[in-house]
Amino acid sequence: MRAPSPLWAFGLLRSELLTTFRRWRTLALLGVLAAVPVLVGIAVRIETSDGSSVGGAGGGGPAFIAQISNNGLFLVFTALAATLPFFLPMAVGVVAGDAIAGEANAGTLRYLLVAPAGRTRLLLTKYTTVIVFCLAATLVVAASALVVGALLFPVGDLVTISGTRITYGEGLGRALLIALVVAASLVGVAALGLFVSTLTSSGIAAMATTVGLLITVQILDQIPQLHALHPYFFSHYWLSFADLMREPVYWDELVRNLGLQALYAAVFGSAAWARFTTKDITS
Amino acid sequence: MAEASATEPESRDRGSADRGSTDLGSADRGSADRETAGRQTAGPEAANPEGAGPETAGRERADDAVIATRALTKRYRGGQLAVDGLDLTVPAGSVFGFLGPNGSGKTTTIRMLMGLIEPTSGSARVLGRPMPGAARTVLPGVGALIEGPALYGFLSGRDNLLRYDAADPAADPRTRRARVSAALDRVGLVAAAGKKARAYSLGMKQRLGLAAALLQPRRLLVLDEPTNGLDPQGMREIRALVRELASDGTTVFLSSHLLDEIEQVCTHAAVMARGRLITQGAVADLSAGARGRLVVTTPDPADAARVLKEQGAGDVVAVEDRVTAEPPDHDLAEVNAALVAAGVRVRGFGLERASLEDAFVALTGEGFDVAG
Ligand SMILES: Nc1ncnc2c1ncn2[C@@H]1O[C@H](COP(=O)(O)OP(=O)(O)OP(=O)(O)O)[C@@H](O)[C@H]1O
Ligand SMILES: [Mg+2]
Repeated sequence: MRAPSPLWAFGLLRSELLTTFRRWRTLALLGVLAAVPVLVGIAVRIETSDGSSVGGAGGGGPAFIAQISNNGLFLVFTALAATLPFFLPMAVGVVAGDAIAGEANAGTLRYLLVAPAGRTRLLLTKYTTVIVFCLAATLVVAASALVVGALLFPVGDLVTISGTRITYGEGLGRALLIALVVAASLVGVAALGLFVSTLTSSGIAAMATTVGLLITVQILDQIPQLHALHPYFFSHYWLSFADLMREPVYWDELVRNLGLQALYAAVFGSAAWARFTTKDITS
Repeated sequence: MAEASATEPESRDRGSADRGSTDLGSADRGSADRETAGRQTAGPEAANPEGAGPETAGRERADDAVIATRALTKRYRGGQLAVDGLDLTVPAGSVFGFLGPNGSGKTTTIRMLMGLIEPTSGSARVLGRPMPGAARTVLPGVGALIEGPALYGFLSGRDNLLRYDAADPAADPRTRRARVSAALDRVGLVAAAGKKARAYSLGMKQRLGLAAALLQPRRLLVLDEPTNGLDPQGMREIRALVRELASDGTTVFLSSHLLDEIEQVCTHAAVMARGRLITQGAVADLSAGARGRLVVTTPDPADAARVLKEQGAGDVVAVEDRVTAEPPDHDLAEVNAALVAAGVRVRGFGLERASLEDAFVALTGEGFDVAG
């Protein structure tokens, strides 16, 4: 038998990315995410058209919303803060939950495995694709917010949370960094969703379970009596990305967030691997 | 067979129109294999010691058998014993019919052979290597259609094949498009290749599934009920395709509950019932197991029955103008002469070949019903 070139292993990843990003469902999810900054931008524009500020001095709503009318770049931060608790992880939960279970449901999983895709290779490909989706989803929100912000509001130098001024160019750099951190914040949910996906052969059940877990964790994270558990919830440090807008940057919680995501990825990634490589594929 | 047809001008000739020149070739192969494959399970067990034993002892066997299982058993979670101590030997170059009623464990066996499920006990070797252990090296040489086709409805037929081909790390991406086009052509789907698979009819899906199994030259083709959902024309095409592949040297393992289908294309067959193997061997041997019957058509059935008994025929049954019997051992020409001499007006005289269905019923002692 011919020795396969090592690079051919990426043929499956290429195919997987093409397949995922050509699906209507994926495009619809990205479309909804792109619409969020548009809605927020228009709402802020309408509310501040008489010169008042959003949410009064106390500042309700997502972080940074009060600054949008001064500088459109803040719409990027606001939009990410608004979508990170629910919309983004829900979209990731749908894609991750469907990754294996959806193929099992359609029966295509057995044909991929007899091709033979290799169970470990297939799982790694699926996880990589979900991570790429995390990044794509975050960048779609950020890019949409950047454009809408620039169209509806003034742009220019901006003031950090700490009160220092940075240039618009540096602000753009921070925005990109924040988008990357937000994408990395979804890595834990992605691993969790993939694990759930190896447990069932119903794509819908896996998606619903993942999104259900997401909501449950968010609720538990709000219950003061569970204080001791909070640092272990994958969503606990999510909003720490705002610390990137301090001068100097306050790294403490950012690092904790990334560490926690890595832990979730390791634990649930291993669990998914252990499950998937020993599972009977009968569908 | 040649002898029988010389004396049975009027006998039913199942599917003779279907037996093309390729069939002659496969018949040759079949008789050659018969010597090595043997009937029943004695052969493989004796010659194929499993496990840590030296390869050399089983070398000849392993090279010869494309599929060899030993005491292969699967109990599903939930307790259903689906396959029970299966010893199966599929000789290289054969068209092997895997026959059994619904729920007899055919698909379960195929899943184990393809490494989709883990056997509860026992072992399986495919292309000479253990499964599921050697899946990575074995499966690129195997094309499979398991429990019907499964497709990505949102992709076109062509894109479905491109995806399945990309999943095979042994498939050369440089020749991918050409191989996909060739496979589409082979199953007659070129015109519908650009259509979304969601919009395919059942038969079109089945063809696309077959195309996926034919993306590369294979040493073994495993087809689980490949003619499901096909129209008669489609069935004929599949049979022609199977013969063509077999004449190229591909071993074809074909599961079915359609006895006709197995009889028409297979050189070898195995029969399953309730998870157990009932028999395996060359098709000719299997149907020979249930011997053909002598059939006399005559307006004098009572006389004919009496003469046949005198001539030593057993189990004589007369129904209207047809008298059937187990043929006696001596020359049938003498039997015919005796009938004529006794004044019986013989309108038809011949041997009716036993069908695989007769063989099946004789073997299982039951009809072709679903086991509980
Ligand atoms: N995933 C499963 N879990 C539990 N039992 C199963 C499963 N799949 C099949 N079975 C049982 O195993 C037995 C064998 O089933 P199998 O699908 O192998 O039969 P088959 O010979 O392929 O039948 P058919 O001709 O209908 O395709 C049946 O009794 C069936 O109920
Ligand atoms: Mg079946």
